[in-house]
Amino acid sequence: MTGQVYKWIGTRPNRPDGADKVTGRARFGADFNMPGQLVGRVLRSPHPHARIVSIDIGAAAALPGVKAVVTAADFPEQENIVVPAGEMQVNLRDVTRNIMAREKVLYEGHPVAAVAATTDAVAKQAVALIKVVYEELPHVIDVAAAMQDGAPILHDHIRTEGVQPAPTKASNIAKRVENLKGDVARGFAEAEVIIERSYTTQPVHQAYIEPHACLASAAEDGQVQVWTTTQGHFQVRGFCSRLLNIETSQIRVTPSEIGGGFGGKTVVYLEPVAVRLSQKTGKPVKMVMTREEVFRASGPAPGGTVKVKLGAKRDGRIVAADITIALQAGAFPGSPIGPACWCSMACYDVDNIRVVGFDVVSNRPKVAAYRAPGAPISAFGVESTIDMLAQELGMDPIELRLKNAAQKGTKTHYGPTFDRIGFIETLEAARNSAHWKSPVKPGYARGLAAGFWFNVGADSSAAAHVAEDGTVTVISGNPDIGGSRASLALMAAEELGVDYDKVRAIIADTSSVGFNFVTGGSRVTFATGLAVVNATKDAIRELKVRAAKIWGVDPEGVVWEGGQARPAGHNVGEFEPLSLAEIAAQAGKTGGPINGHAQLNAQGAGPGFGVHIADVKVDPDTGGVTIGRYTAVQDVGTAIHPGYVEGQLQGGAVQGIGWALNEEYIYNARGRLDNPGFLDYRIPVASDLPMIETVLVEVPNPHHPYGVRGVGEVPIVPPLATIANAVARATGVRMTDLPISPPRLSAALDAAMPRLAAE
Amino acid sequence: MAKFHVTTTVNGEEVEFLCDAQDSMLDVLRGPLGLTGSKEGCGSGDCGACSITVDGRLVCSCLMLAAEAQGHSIGTIEGMAQGDRLHPLQEKFIELAALQCGICTPGFLVAAKALLDRNTNPTETEVRYWLAGNLCRCTGYDKIIRAVMDVAADMRKGVAA
Repeated sequence: MTGQVYKWIGTRPNRPDGADKVTGRARFGADFNMPGQLVGRVLRSPHPHARIVSIDIGAAAALPGVKAVVTAADFPEQENIVVPAGEMQVNLRDVTRNIMAREKVLYEGHPVAAVAATTDAVAKQAVALIKVVYEELPHVIDVAAAMQDGAPILHDHIRTEGVQPAPTKASNIAKRVENLKGDVARGFAEAEVIIERSYTTQPVHQAYIEPHACLASAAEDGQVQVWTTTQGHFQVRGFCSRLLNIETSQIRVTPSEIGGGFGGKTVVYLEPVAVRLSQKTGKPVKMVMTREEVFRASGPAPGGTVKVKLGAKRDGRIVAADITIALQAGAFPGSPIGPACWCSMACYDVDNIRVVGFDVVSNRPKVAAYRAPGAPISAFGVESTIDMLAQELGMDPIELRLKNAAQKGTKTHYGPTFDRIGFIETLEAARNSAHWKSPVKPGYARGLAAGFWFNVGADSSAAAHVAEDGTVTVISGNPDIGGSRASLALMAAEELGVDYDKVRAIIADTSSVGFNFVTGGSRVTFATGLAVVNATKDAIRELKVRAAKIWGVDPEGVVWEGGQARPAGHNVGEFEPLSLAEIAAQAGKTGGPINGHAQLNAQGAGPGFGVHIADVKVDPDTGGVTIGRYTAVQDVGTAIHPGYVEGQLQGGAVQGIGWALNEEYIYNARGRLDNPGFLDYRIPVASDLPMIETVLVEVPNPHHPYGVRGVGEVPIVPPLATIANAVARATGVRMTDLPISPPRLSAALDAAMPRLAAE
Repeated sequence: MAKFHVTTTVNGEEVEFLCDAQDSMLDVLRGPLGLTGSKEGCGSGDCGACSITVDGRLVCSCLMLAAEAQGHSIGTIEGMAQGDRLHPLQEKFIELAALQCGICTPGFLVAAKALLDRNTNPTETEVRYWLAGNLCRCTGYDKIIRAVMDVAADMRKGVAA
């Protein structure tokens, strides 16, 4: 769209780690081992809410082969302060209680103690020998129930933040937030059509296929090494440092290849425990969660309730929106209520908006980030209501959205004014897509919805090292979760003007490259990409200095073009161009090694917008939903490696489809999870799905040299409402509670039968 | 407790190992045999990340007792490439970006090869149902299905081995 001609940007070369990952050679979290290592296992609470009266580790510690047992007493108390972790904020007081329960257990699966033993069998036996006396307390699982007066209180110290006058009583509502733009009452007074609905969504797990795993080795001199599967090894280092009072530079964390994360691996569970066990035993300690532990004690994304009231003119212009969102934070405060509120109405340029959010604790695992945290939940409510508005007005759903679409200059309800964005282009691309233009097959109905994510910049560091033969290593510090090595190498090759295969992108440990914030927020290709581009520019600057030295001219007289140093003009002198390899070969004589470095706090992450289209068929007897065709359209800025950009859209869409149709936690009356496995927590499988068509809209981000916008998170935002809207159009029944699973949908169809028959 | 002594064939090589009665094939592959390409995603046969073949039949190695390997022929992801040549499925997965994080990839490749060893002309539906026991959370399956269909087409044309 910019008319830029690139050699490498926009191509689809093989990823640098491809061969390792198709041969089994790539080493993931559980694939690291050290001589003499011990196995660590965690004892977890069987109760959703209980006071810990006593813990007797005597019998476990006495078991032959057991080398250490730790409880909360082995971890120092932490201040009540909030630090950033990924896209979420975490409180250190809570984090230390989440990795090891102190006064109380707050969810089934909450760690209570951990052992290190010579074998896994001994470790499991030892865990079973730890005697914990609990005083069981009443529990609350559901977010709406947790907000009621008289609900069991999880934390006596929590007073609802953001409420005036400040409450004096403890509450499960940790925080109230409000975004306000214009005058909502006036807006509704002007409205000719008002639609109001309430929605619920269930918590869903990120369901990465690789369970959490790490190996920690603490040496006698206090130095610590950790190998772990994480989205942010610098965060792991930071948490271990704070939670165990170890100086940061004494900890070296090496990220393994990561088997999926989606936000769920931006926090710590095992690492501080493994380090503590290693400190106590003087031996390396390896810890790997079972799938059951992953479900009971990590993630998930919150469930929530969303109330949406929209007012519009008959011509489709939306004049007011009033939205209330309550998200379940899990056992400790800190749901993504902020992003849920921001993203709710960000697609639309509406004068009067009020969004109120509540962060609510209940007796479930503390939520973690999951791909556009919070946004799918609020978008489900808003986009379903907009679809009802379109039906009420008899308007085409794309036309209605175009009429209200945010664009450059739109001031959002949460503060920022948009720079160049591509929502209108995305809607138009959806309207022009092969899918939208095709007739709907008999028996099917078509639904559409939009979604937004603001995208993140933040801290990144990178280096570009020129080797003796002129090949280049690009070093950065974000685990490659979906092909980012390829994107970084493509940008470096483009910048240098050399072939892609002359650049190798590697991910360094915490001691080998400067700080990098987590792989999350759709920030890596944008922010770390920017650091890589700047590090490469820094290397090019040095290459020009060396060429100038070789020629005996001023560095200003040298330009870098097509992978070569050339004189800037005839007045500089007549010199044959010097290639990267030629300059590198003479590096020793011209000043030593040639390296480039960059560090930055990236600003100007370009927001992303997506529009999804689904054709569904509903079996009226079973309530089963079949997706016949699905298309994801998104403004991706510039697709650096289109194959992996499409992959983000497809993967995000399917996670959203799972959220819409299948996935939910089933807690029994005792507050215990009844479906902690992939058989009963059913994520989409290949036979559930059609191909996922993609349309990449490229509206470059003006704040990145190659126009990059984050792409990973937007695609999970539209599917929930896309599916619900298609189901509504297929059946005449509006599903406001997720998941739209066969039992729920068939019950709703049965309930609606008299009304539908009358119509 | 005495350990079982097992003699079996792994990727064409005869191997011996000792195991406990409760050890799974996956435990032994990843542990004593050092073949960590097979992954444990669930331990309950639901995710397929540990897929191997036993006498050519597709099996979740987490559900198989190691002692059962006696006298059988085991195939793992480590045996898929021949020398320095990747199997066409491995090449196609890389070429089409049919992997993102890569944790499920070994299982998908072993399962897909088991399909194409039986049927070089599967329909899309057949591929989707054959691979329904392998979970991928990153890709939405699209590029995986396309890669398998492409290789099948190449095999029919005699392009791929």
